[in-house]
Amino acid sequence: MSPILFWIFAALMLGFGLSVILQRNPVASALSLVVSFLGLAGLYVSLNAYFIGIIQILVYAGAVMVLFLFIIMLLDLKAEKRRKLNWPGVIGGGGIAVFFVVQLLTVLNRFPAGQRTLEPLAAPLDDVREVGNMLFSNYNFPFQVIGVLVLVASIGVVILSKRELK
Amino acid sequence: MVTLNDYLLVSGLLFALGFTGVLLRRNLIIIFMSLEMMLNAANLSLVAFSRFNGTEGLPNYNGQMLVFFIITVAAAEVAVGLAIIVALYRSRQTVHVEDINSLKF
Repeated sequence: MSPILFWIFAALMLGFGLSVILQRNPVASALSLVVSFLGLAGLYVSLNAYFIGIIQILVYAGAVMVLFLFIIMLLDLKAEKRRKLNWPGVIGGGGIAVFFVVQLLTVLNRFPAGQRTLEPLAAPLDDVREVGNMLFSNYNFPFQVIGVLVLVASIGVVILSKRELK
Repeated sequence: MVTLNDYLLVSGLLFALGFTGVLLRRNLIIIFMSLEMMLNAANLSLVAFSRFNGTEGLPNYNGQMLVFFIITVAAAEVAVGLAIIVALYRSRQTVHVEDINSLKF
């Protein structure tokens, strides 16, 4: 993938990610997050992780964000009113984020292994077959455990949503 | 050409955005969305390492397996988290973290 496409998808992801935390209206935030996840899926495809990219779109941009929008609608959230900013909180939170980015840049500058570029693949990649082979051989047990986890989560959600617990 | 560092930088910036959102926003739903952004930033660096550390012209699929499991767990986590937010809204009629202060010292 050409560097231009990489930077377009990265800018899409980061720009709409910024919009998520700046928007006052929760619906606008949720829709920005959808676009941000689409950009992320583009980056996955650029890394030849086609299966993960599709899952990202189906599960995150599709199911999870629809669930978010559904809850926003259910709670009937309006755009937030302007509240007095808690300046120590803003400065502290922003400061920690800036500190994190500076730290990250320092680490990346001293990480020679990170200068590698993408090696071309040996053959056209049969991505889903590889993922499936891995999932049903080496990772068979975790796969079954995760099935139980999803079952537990769905039962838990039903119980949490009951009006009164008996 | 795009290097591994570029992917790690982009993933770190997305993580920082999510982190800022969790710290600065006071709407529970938006805090929850920022949490998802942080999870996805971790996923991006995992996929990047998986592709750049490939052998014999194949990506290292162990990293992508971890991403697959993270996405599954995150979907379950969103369902439970949103159910908790709805239950909270029923008892308090607010999703603002500043209005939920019974445990505040």
